[in-house]
Amino acid sequence: MNVWRRLNLEARIGAVMLSILVLMALLAPLIAPGDPLAITGEPMVRPFASEAHVLGTDRLGRDVLAGLLHGTRTTLLVAFFSAAAALIVGSIVGTLSGYLGGFADTVLMRITEAFQTVPGFLLALAAISVTGPSVPTLIFAISLGNWTQAARVTRAEVLSLRERDFVAAARTLGMRPLEIAFREILPNAFGPTVSLAAISVAAAILIEAALSFLGFGDPNRVTWGSMIAEGRTVLRAAPYLSIVPGIALVITVLSVHLIGRGLSRRERLVP
Amino acid sequence: MPPIVSFFLRRLLGALPVLVVVLVGSFLLLEAASGDAVDSYVARSGAMDAEQMAQLRQDWGLDKGPLYRFRAYATALAEGDLGWSTSFERPVASVIFERLPITLLLMGVATALAFSLGSFLGILAGASPGSFRDRFLSIASLAIYAVPGFWLGLVLIVIFAVDLRWLPVGGIETIASGKSGLARLGDIAAHLILPVASLAMVYLVLYLRLMRDRMSEIWRDPFVSALEARGISRSRIVWRHVARNAVLPVVTMLGLQAAAMLGGSVVVESVFAIPGFGRLAAEAVARRDTPLLLGVILCSAVTVIIANLLVDLAYGKLDPRVRAGR
Repeated sequence: MNVWRRLNLEARIGAVMLSILVLMALLAPLIAPGDPLAITGEPMVRPFASEAHVLGTDRLGRDVLAGLLHGTRTTLLVAFFSAAAALIVGSIVGTLSGYLGGFADTVLMRITEAFQTVPGFLLALAAISVTGPSVPTLIFAISLGNWTQAARVTRAEVLSLRERDFVAAARTLGMRPLEIAFREILPNAFGPTVSLAAISVAAAILIEAALSFLGFGDPNRVTWGSMIAEGRTVLRAAPYLSIVPGIALVITVLSVHLIGRGLSRRERLVP
Repeated sequence: MPPIVSFFLRRLLGALPVLVVVLVGSFLLLEAASGDAVDSYVARSGAMDAEQMAQLRQDWGLDKGPLYRFRAYATALAEGDLGWSTSFERPVASVIFERLPITLLLMGVATALAFSLGSFLGILAGASPGSFRDRFLSIASLAIYAVPGFWLGLVLIVIFAVDLRWLPVGGIETIASGKSGLARLGDIAAHLILPVASLAMVYLVLYLRLMRDRMSEIWRDPFVSALEARGISRSRIVWRHVARNAVLPVVTMLGLQAAAMLGGSVVVESVFAIPGFGRLAAEAVARRDTPLLLGVILCSAVTVIIANLLVDLAYGKLDPRVRAGR
């Protein structure tokens, strides 16, 4: 429990919230067995009105609670993997750029800048328009606009590390440049990049939700964004259909931010 | 040449390599998309046999290598030709320039609101770090920062348009209202309130936190003690010295957030049915209109570059050190 003791109150609250969400995702098939997209009852049952549908049903009679639970899976899956992909790609680009320097650095940084100039959400839309929506392509599309910050942070860190004595020692030992970059420098430069993880995960959750809200999510999976979009068509009659999944989104993003703030007290990148 | 013009030109030249990368990326996207211009032309105009299609491809230069196609694409762009939108059946440039002002208005008002209110509340919180007011604003801003803009928009619609009926549900102005002059302006303003609020809220709390954190650092600077020793009033120290120094990183952030806000406008405009530039991106993808999507991407890159340029100019005005160094 060493990690737990080092966390402050904020981060502990966040960790508990996120653990509950992960548990919800893992237990979704047990609590709400069957296809969450299947019609299981009367349409538009109000929340807390029926024992069989605690949170009510949507326009077509699909259970809201089942959608919410299964939606947790999609959200966490896509967010975790796209943030991980973004951090890995970003730190590789940053390491190469910072260690090689010169022309390679210029080219890589121009590419990074170009990716920062185009809004990440548009990049994701463009990628989806070519690949079509599915979980792996969503992960790819979202990480496309998410890796640049990691690249910049890693590059700055590598620049400050590459003149250190242990790098000179590795060079004297006869290690090849790329070996030095990835086996000696990158592991040491990874710390500040990891503190970006919380922001990346939160950004990925929000982009995924917005994409599936617009109808560009995986059509075979329930997502909170698609539930909000579905509820929007009956916003006047049943506003709770849009509001409930949105609250789930807010709780998830908040828990990630709380953990992030607790982990990186010094480099506080989350406001 | 006046220094401001040469500064502008130098910065635009510096942005050229980035634009070239965006251009190459867009071209690769065009190549990766299924079907070419002839396919979409045939789909629009009806039947055509394989021989005619091959002839058309030859006429349009589509049968030549990708390098030739890229050159043709880049030359057309240099002449201001963004291509033909297959879903609107109009030149891409004309569709975009019709939509862009609405989004710029939306983003401009949202940025102004987020910056002014955000830094004002940030000053209130940062004036006395650790106070009740500071802690309340910190917790509130953390919670609001987790709220997705498009969902906030829906909640605002439920409250202010459906339940209270104070504000319109969507659109940019009342259709065929016959209003003109000030009445029309007021109508547009009423339509803008909810979208601006849902777009600006995240940035408002972002600037609040940034301002507050920077101020709490500056309070520890020795120059603050010097001011206190000279007997300068607390409110003067807060506003004229601490806040003034803390506003610089917030201004930098304005430029960095331009791209994110443009992305956010895609969803917010869809929620409020605003016929703007952002919604055009979603429409282009939904209607499989690749030339339009590329036009939107290129134009948003240019918009972001110009926004950053303006921020740099403002920064020069605010920070005497930058002015001296230029």
